Amino acid sequence: MGILINKKTHAIVQGITGTQGRFHAKLMLEYGTKIVAGTSPGKGGTQVHGVPVYDTVEEAQKKYPANASIIFVPAPFAADAALEALENEIKTLIIITEHIPIKDAINVMAYAKQANATIIGPNTPGIITPGQSKLGIMPTHIFKPGNIGIVSRSGTLTYEIAASLTRKNLGQSTCLGLGGDPITGLNFINALKMFEKDRQTKAVVLIGEIGGKLEELTAQYIVEEKYPKPIVAFIAGRSAPPGKRMGHAGAIVMGKAGTANSKIDALKNADVKVAEKPNEVAESLKELAYIYENG
Amino acid sequence: MKLFEYETKNILRKYGIPTPKGGLATNRSEAEEVATKLKPPFVVKAQVLVAGRGKAGGILFANSVEEAEKTAEKLLNMQIKSIPVKSVWIEEKLQIKKELYFGITTDRFNQSYVAIASEFGGIEIEEIAAKTPEKVVMFYINPQKGLRSFHTRQIARTMGYAGCQILELGKILERFYAASMDYDVELIEMNPLVETIDGKFVAADARIILDDSALFRHPEYKKRLLEDESELTSQELEALKSDLAYVKLDGNIGVIGNGAGLVMATLDTIQHYGGKPANFLDVGGGAPAEKIATALKIVLSDPNVDTLFINILGGITRCDEVARGILEAKEEVGVTKPMVIRLVGTNEEEGKTILTKAGIHMLESMEEAAQRAVEISKHGGK
Repeated sequence: MGILINKKTHAIVQGITGTQGRFHAKLMLEYGTKIVAGTSPGKGGTQVHGVPVYDTVEEAQKKYPANASIIFVPAPFAADAALEALENEIKTLIIITEHIPIKDAINVMAYAKQANATIIGPNTPGIITPGQSKLGIMPTHIFKPGNIGIVSRSGTLTYEIAASLTRKNLGQSTCLGLGGDPITGLNFINALKMFEKDRQTKAVVLIGEIGGKLEELTAQYIVEEKYPKPIVAFIAGRSAPPGKRMGHAGAIVMGKAGTANSKIDALKNADVKVAEKPNEVAESLKELAYIYENG
Repeated sequence: MKLFEYETKNILRKYGIPTPKGGLATNRSEAEEVATKLKPPFVVKAQVLVAGRGKAGGILFANSVEEAEKTAEKLLNMQIKSIPVKSVWIEEKLQIKKELYFGITTDRFNQSYVAIASEFGGIEIEEIAAKTPEKVVMFYINPQKGLRSFHTRQIARTMGYAGCQILELGKILERFYAASMDYDVELIEMNPLVETIDGKFVAADARIILDDSALFRHPEYKKRLLEDESELTSQELEALKSDLAYVKLDGNIGVIGNGAGLVMATLDTIQHYGGKPANFLDVGGGAPAEKIATALKIVLSDPNVDTLFINILGGITRCDEVARGILEAKEEVGVTKPMVIRLVGTNEEEGKTILTKAGIHMLESMEEAAQRAVEISKHGGK
C-alpha cells in the first residue's frame, strides 16, 4: 500500500543523460525502483546504467510502457517535457526541476487536469514509498516502512523530520514533497484524501511553510470533512520577515497574508497538533499513538 | 523582480494602453527639459521600489515648470524608507472622475492567473478587499482560453460601465493581459486606473513584478537587476550572482544551510532558543565546495555576524564537498569567528573525517547545534 507509487510502478526518467538525471537514476535503481526507460532528445540509442535511452517519450512508451515519469530537464525546457509525458498517457509526473516559469507551470497544470493526471512538484524532492519504490532525490537510509504518511512543502526539512521519526521507530507509508515553486500540482488536501483511503497510513505529518494560504485552506478542509486520521504539523518560517522570499519562490509573506502564525493558528483551530521544533513531531506522534492505543 | 513605475509605463504604452504624458529626470535640468514639453499642472513621482511611496512623501504636485524643477530636486535629495531617490517621473496631472483598480496575479490554489477588478481603486487592493469586498471582482483565467475580449467586456460591465465605455475599457484590459503574458509577470496592476472627466481611461499608476524564474526570457531586465544595487544589499547582490538564496536579517548568528525549509526551520530554532539570526542563506541542492566557500564569504562580509552556524543535511548535497568548502573558505578568508557545524547525510563519514582532521568539531542534532550557537553568540562570539 502507500499512495501514488509502489512496487508495481514502472517509470521513465526524462533528462536521464544529464548530471542529476544520471546520478539519481542510479540511486533509484539501487533502491529497487522499476525504471524501464529514459529519454534525452538527441541521445536516443544509448544506455544509462543499463537503462535504454530514447529521443522521445512516444518511443519509450511503445517499447516499455510506463505509468510514471520523473523529470530532471532544465527549467526552460521542463514544461515541454511535462506536456510530452502527459500527451503520451503518463498519469503520475514528478517534476524535480526548480524555478520553472509561472506561466509554463500554469499551462502544465491545466493540461494535467484535462488528462486526469497527478503532478508532484515542480521543485520537489519527489516521492518515496519506503521499501517499495522511490521517484525522487531523497537519501533513502532515513526512511523505513511503516504507517505514517508525510506530506511536505520542503525537501531537506522533510528529511530532517523523517529521520527523527525513523530514529523513534515510526516508519512511513509514503513521503512526498509538494514542491517549493509558486505553482505546484498536488496540494495538501489532495494528499490528505489519498492518505485517508490508504489503509496502511494511520497518521499524517504535514510540513508547511510561510507563503500562500494552502495550510489555512487545508485546516478548513480538515474541519469540514472531519478528517478521520490524526495529523501532526510543523510550519517553517516563524522568524521570516515580510516581503522577503525565503529561498523557495513560494515562501514569501505578503503583508499580513501567508505568515507562519496565521497557518499555525488555523491548524490548531482544526485540532491539529503543531510542533514547535522539528524534533517534536516524532514526540507528538508517540503521544497520539498512546492516546489511540489507550482509547 | 520589481519594475520601476517608468519601466512599467513604458511597457503599457508599447501595448497601446493610455498613460499620462510624462518623462524621466535624474537632475534638475532634465526635469526642466521634461516639464517644458508637458502641460501643467504636473505630478512629480519618486522612482523607488518601496510600497507606500505616496504616504512617505514620494508623490508631489507642481503648477509650473519652475515648481516642477524644484519639486524634482527636492525628491532627488530625499530618501524614501532609507532608499535614495535616483530618478523622478514627471507627468501631466489627470482630471479624475473616478479611480478604478485592475490587476492580474497568480493564484496558487487554483493554479491559474486571476484578474482582479474593482470600481473603487486608488488604495491598496488588500484595503479595497477589506472595505468593499462586494465590489471586488475575481476572474480566474483559464490558460487554454486566455482572457478574451468578451471576458473583458463582462468585467467592464461588473465595474459599472455601459455603452461605448465598455469597448474602450475592454480593449485596455485585453492589451493589459497580453502585456502580462508577454512579460511573464507575477503581478501587474493599474492602480488607479483613472476614468477622466471626459470619460477616457488612463493608467495613472502601474506596477509590475516580473517572475524571477522567467528572467532568462527577459535578459534586459536580468541585466538591470544585476547592475542596479538600490534594491539589494551588497551581500544579496553577491548571492544572486552566485545563485545562492540570501536574505539579510538583523541578528548576529550567520546561518548557512541546504534547502529553504531546513534553513527557515534553523532560523526558527535559533529564535526559539533566544538567539538572533543574521541572515537566511540556502546553498541549494548539490552545492560543490566552491559554492560553500562563496556562501561563507558572503555571510562573513556582514559585520554584525559574530557566530556561524552551518546546518547541512545531505541529500543531493554531499557532506565531503561541504567540508572541503569550509576548509577552502577558511584558508582564503581566514575565518576567525566561531563555527558551529552540524553535518549529516550523504557521505557524512568522509565529511566528518575531513573536518575532524582540521580540528573542527561537529554536532549531530540541529536543536543541540542551534542551542550551542545561541550560547556562543550571547558571549559575543567567544
